[in-house]
Amino acid sequence: MNNIKTMLKNAGWPRIIITLFLLSMYVVSPFIGINLKSALGDTLVRFGMNAILVLSLVPMIQSGTGLNFGMPLGVEAGLLGAVISIEMGLGGFMGFAGAIIISIPFAVLFGWLYGHILNKVKGGEMMIATYIGFSSVAIMCIMWLVLPFKSQDMIWAYGGEGLRTTISVESHWHKILDKVLHMPNDMLPLGEMVFFAILAFGMWIFFRSRTGYAMKAVGTNDKFAKATGINIDKIRVKSVVMSTVLAAVGIIVYQQSFGFVQLYLAPFYMAFPAIAAILIGGASVNKVTIVNVVVGTFLFQGILTMTPSVVNNIIQTDMSETIRIIVSNGMILYALTRKEGAGSGK
Amino acid sequence: MENKIKKFLINNVVPIFMVIIILLSIPISGLSIEYLIQEIILRLSRNLFLVLSLLIPIIAGMGLNFGIVLGAMAGQIALIFITDWNVVGLQGFFLAVIITLPIAALMGYVGGIVLNRAKGREMITSMILGFFINGVYQLLVLYGMGKVIPIKNEAILLSRGHGIRNAIDLKNIRRALDDGITFNIGQYSIPVLTILAIVLLCLFIVWFRKTKLGQDMRAIGQDIEVSKSSGIAVDRTRILAIVISTILAGIGQLIFLQNIGTMNTYNSHEQIGMFAIAALLIGGATVSKASIPNALSGVVLFHTMFVLAPRAGKELIGSAQIGEYFRVFISYGIIALVLILHQWRREKEKEAERKRILEMNSNQAGGN
Repeated sequence: MNNIKTMLKNAGWPRIIITLFLLSMYVVSPFIGINLKSALGDTLVRFGMNAILVLSLVPMIQSGTGLNFGMPLGVEAGLLGAVISIEMGLGGFMGFAGAIIISIPFAVLFGWLYGHILNKVKGGEMMIATYIGFSSVAIMCIMWLVLPFKSQDMIWAYGGEGLRTTISVESHWHKILDKVLHMPNDMLPLGEMVFFAILAFGMWIFFRSRTGYAMKAVGTNDKFAKATGINIDKIRVKSVVMSTVLAAVGIIVYQQSFGFVQLYLAPFYMAFPAIAAILIGGASVNKVTIVNVVVGTFLFQGILTMTPSVVNNIIQTDMSETIRIIVSNGMILYALTRKEGAGSGK
Repeated sequence: MENKIKKFLINNVVPIFMVIIILLSIPISGLSIEYLIQEIILRLSRNLFLVLSLLIPIIAGMGLNFGIVLGAMAGQIALIFITDWNVVGLQGFFLAVIITLPIAALMGYVGGIVLNRAKGREMITSMILGFFINGVYQLLVLYGMGKVIPIKNEAILLSRGHGIRNAIDLKNIRRALDDGITFNIGQYSIPVLTILAIVLLCLFIVWFRKTKLGQDMRAIGQDIEVSKSSGIAVDRTRILAIVISTILAGIGQLIFLQNIGTMNTYNSHEQIGMFAIAALLIGGATVSKASIPNALSGVVLFHTMFVLAPRAGKELIGSAQIGEYFRVFISYGIIALVLILHQWRREKEKEAERKRILEMNSNQAGGN
């Protein structure tokens, strides 16, 4: 009995409610005429799209730098990689890999600067990160207008200035990860899953390395870390660079699954769903595991795919957007106001 | 003397930077000074009340209250009702104020409780709270109104029979307050009632700072622990600060919308927090210190830039779109910059404090 109690306490009531809610929707769906198989398939596809973006939050949480509300910065680096790859006319897997390789130097540079700023503002990282992310989106909006891209796939056919708001990757690397495995399957995004598994495993290994342990030490107890001679600022910058690079990779994986590169204001609120997902998975402001990422992404995306179809079938109204706003922000709010796990990302 | 100038420059880096940008872009934009002055009068009367609603939580040390969007939503709910009931003119406006008060007070109370659970990170929490309540607002207005809450006026309902339309024409109370009494100075017309409301609010803030409650808030802003031990009800006082701010923001949103004349049911409130905060910070306020002159000069500077940027962008690079994005960048960039400077300064102060204590301890140890 006590065991169950502690288990419930560890899981936290929002997580239990959300899990039960999702389960009940899966149970109900066959009775109101929803194809359970395709519903599950949708959830998995969305899982594949978003998992790496959620994973990208891990290093910064581990090092105690807080929830990465500045994720748009990394996303912009990924977008740069994607449009440059298309501009160079790269196609197929080369195009996808090219986009990632091109985006990495940008992400490292952005992350390095961003990390140094965050070191100057310890204790207030999250708010400042949010606004650094927002400002970077606005700057890049100007860039999309003025950068001299020529590719016919990306500029307006006539009239208009700068790049299009959405660029199709259909003829470049749409669903390339699945195609590489020769398993184009609408139900199971095996390519994305394998790619995510590789990255997640890499991170798991990393946190068992010397630097990884140091990063954890900085996050859990910075005084202890300092006493053992760890250079806290350097470790924190490393974690921010890692998060930013992963966000860049994450958005490219997202795009190749989604089929479009979305520029301009699209990256604005990208951090919030990812953060909500990792929190639903059981992470707190300064504690996280890979399991949190997997569970959280699945639960969050499950709710996003299931609620609209279920609600739609019951009351004939599409409330998906509203429910998404309430669930994701409610979850972040819950994490921010929890008494334990306090300490504003110190 | 030189030191003083240096300090002045450092403390006012943001307003000075803005003044330079504006002075550079006035000739580029090709807009006449008369036009600019008329615009500034318009935008002052439209926005200043909202910006002033931010001041009280800053006194209480709770930082920039992104939660003023809660008040804005309360105001908009009130506007939906008076449009439905077809109450017109100044009467309509004051009825809207009366309806706004309890809703905003309730929202402020909820906000205050939430922020008390997140001491030390009020700003990010108030921002997320704004997003969250926005979801609840959508649920209420888009799905509840016309179904659970009776709305008779079909002109504001969606064609499906429930839910409020995206845009509501506020013709009943358009410029009701602004045009109530007008006064012309030369070619400029002054909306007397709106200005009066703003002046009253300024007087209220000045008076409020001197009351017991205001003093308590200032003490809490200085140091929570010390205030607690000296018997101030910290949590209650902080809730009150947010309640007052939310109510004022609700009225501010009413003033804002009666001036504009149409309401975007699902967007009008979203940007309010960000724009009001950017304006206040551009006026030289910081996270822990803000005054009425900050708000006044901030609104003037921010909105002059707002008018100038697209025009200057068009004349300079042939693209109004770039100017548009530039002003978005400035708004966000300024907030980021001020937050960074503030946090950085605080870190420096803390370090100095730590050093002082260490030295004191070592001196004592040496003495023994």
